[in-house]
Amino acid sequence: MSKFTFIGGIHPYDGKDLSKDKPIKEILPKGDLFYPLSQHIGAPATPIVAKGDHVLTGQKIAEAGGFVSSPIYATVSGTVKAIEAHRVTTGDMATCIVIENDGLYEEVTYHPIDSLENISKEEIINRIKEGGVVGMGGAGFPTHVKLSPKEPNKIEYVIVNCAECEPYLTSDYRRMLEEPEKLIQGLKVSLQLFENAQGVLAVEDNKPDCIALLKKLTKDEKRISVKELKTKYPQGAERQLIYAVTKRQINSSMLPADAGCVVNNVDSVVAIYNAVMLGRPLMQRIVTVTGDAINNPRNFAVRVGTIYSELVEEAGGFKAEPEKIISGGPMMGFALFDTNVPVTKTTSALLCMTKDEVSQYEPSACINCGKCVEVCPGRVVPSRLADYAEHGDTEQFEAHEGMECCECGCCSFVCPAKRQLTQSIKSMRKIVLANRKKK
Amino acid sequence: MMSNLMKVSSNPHVRSKVTTSNIMLAVVIALLPATCFGIYNFGLHALLLILTTVATTVLAELIYEKAMKQKVTIGDFSAVVTGLILALNLPPQAPLWIGVIGGIFAIIVVKMLFGGLGQNFMNPAAAARCFLLISFTSIMTNFDCDAYTGATPLASIKAGESVNVLNMIIGKTGGAIGETSMLAIVLGACILIMVGAIDLTIPGSYILSFVIFLVLFSGHGLDMTYISAELAGGGLMLGAFFMATDYVTRPITEKGQYLFGILLGILTGIFRVFGASAEGVSYAIIIGNLLVPLIERITYPKAFGRGGKKA
Repeated sequence: MSKFTFIGGIHPYDGKDLSKDKPIKEILPKGDLFYPLSQHIGAPATPIVAKGDHVLTGQKIAEAGGFVSSPIYATVSGTVKAIEAHRVTTGDMATCIVIENDGLYEEVTYHPIDSLENISKEEIINRIKEGGVVGMGGAGFPTHVKLSPKEPNKIEYVIVNCAECEPYLTSDYRRMLEEPEKLIQGLKVSLQLFENAQGVLAVEDNKPDCIALLKKLTKDEKRISVKELKTKYPQGAERQLIYAVTKRQINSSMLPADAGCVVNNVDSVVAIYNAVMLGRPLMQRIVTVTGDAINNPRNFAVRVGTIYSELVEEAGGFKAEPEKIISGGPMMGFALFDTNVPVTKTTSALLCMTKDEVSQYEPSACINCGKCVEVCPGRVVPSRLADYAEHGDTEQFEAHEGMECCECGCCSFVCPAKRQLTQSIKSMRKIVLANRKKK
Repeated sequence: MMSNLMKVSSNPHVRSKVTTSNIMLAVVIALLPATCFGIYNFGLHALLLILTTVATTVLAELIYEKAMKQKVTIGDFSAVVTGLILALNLPPQAPLWIGVIGGIFAIIVVKMLFGGLGQNFMNPAAAARCFLLISFTSIMTNFDCDAYTGATPLASIKAGESVNVLNMIIGKTGGAIGETSMLAIVLGACILIMVGAIDLTIPGSYILSFVIFLVLFSGHGLDMTYISAELAGGGLMLGAFFMATDYVTRPITEKGQYLFGILLGILTGIFRVFGASAEGVSYAIIIGNLLVPLIERITYPKAFGRGGKKA
């Protein structure tokens, strides 16, 4: 069978062997829980609890701040201790609701449904919206917005992003192996919204066991197919994934819906299942805790709001002094100052490395080798864009398609001169976006 | 254990093992077959000339950077590559000072004055060869040595004499130190292609367009002996695989590289067929280098999703 893929990309060391055979273990938080109000793209959520309030597990503590926004739920029972600024994964201080865990885990009553037959599309979308479901692959785009395109009957593909192309991450892999039924059910819920769509489970071929299992479970499903993708980073980048599956290209200013697609991450699809079928909001996610500094790399089912240092303890602590700690994977994750930051809806991994490869090398002059051009999935010329960025030349930067960069990091990875290409381009993109807003 | 704050930086947090000095070292290794054959073919003086030229380029870069209080970059081996390629382009009996002058010109004038590695717009070795060729024409065109006397095979073909093509391919002829053996050069090029340092885009389009030019305009038509002799003779192989592929002075996109290769093929054809001299590779390369900014302008790639199918 032919494999699906995109142009460009890289093959970094994938590190998945550290944790891929470790079953998901549920862990309960010990200390206080921190809920940043911005765990998604769009307007921050608005708190609806106050200091001193008693809350139950599954109780809404912050309301969506607009259409493109998402509510937040308490993941333990306890008392609201404060609403204050706390360090988050991006390194910023952000307003968080702090809850003191009473350790009782008293829950609210959920309202499950038996079948999808007597439920309207509006109700499905509303349940997803109220469930606080967002894109859990990293960007955190509210799922109900994704599932409400202007012309739903023009959607031809509902793609589940099972690529997990980011090195070291095995959370989606474990989810697919351990709870494939939930994933398939979640996909069926999404398909309910789009009559003309086919469901596609797009998996990289480094997970043959998942491919076999999903194929077996969906062999009688007329509307669902499993597509085998070539293992290559960034196969799971949304635009590259759409291209791999449909051969349709979209640029940065277009939406997946423009290519007739809706794309959701594995954990998001499970969250859709939980929200719609079980009536349970998004409270938990799978986090891979791994890296050569960790004693026992593991995959944990973690309640949102848990502090990272608890995850490190659960994984047996450090076996060697870490030099770099990353929230997410090595290609697109955020480096952390310390582990006193909370797990959010978009946390996929905690990667602790004894060596920081970035500070080992000193950037030197570009030799124009063109490796960045070869690997760039956005088909631009990263070395030139970085030059424009370093010279502050917004005009040339935009003229040479700098805004089409998806910040995947391939260029910095391959650069033999070890230039900080992605970093320069990323900073410039932020400046351009800020300028556009001003106008 | 967590007393200190961790290192932070922008993504990505991993880097490939390939560095500039790795690549340059690979080029040096890939040039060794041609270098060794040259020394075997032409003897001790060729070895001395190579050593002098390489020492000059490295020292010139070191002294310039020290004098200008810049960071010393000789560790990236790019000066070694320049020196070696320049030496391989010199006649085997050229006096050692030719290597010194050529090396200084290549490094100081062509490379460092324009900002050092990555900033030069001409291949330093090719530019230095052209400089020497114009300035010291009699020395640079005298390929007589102990082993071979008389015209180089390329000059013989131009004069309409017959040549032994097999000897040309093996390299047992007169000529510049490192350019006579097509076999040794192609062997080195295979190393570079295998490690992924270069690909066939430029050499392929260069050689192919040159052959087409010969067929159309040389008056020899499809005479295979003539074409093979033109390919094996002179600096074409060394130029196509090691000088035209110089990262800094060739276009960065694949499309641009095809155009660049075709341009070099045509220029080399013009110089060799219609020019006064039998050789033209170095001139073709430096003129091609000058046109790179224009090629880049018209070959900037279309970003992913631009003009893509809309559903």
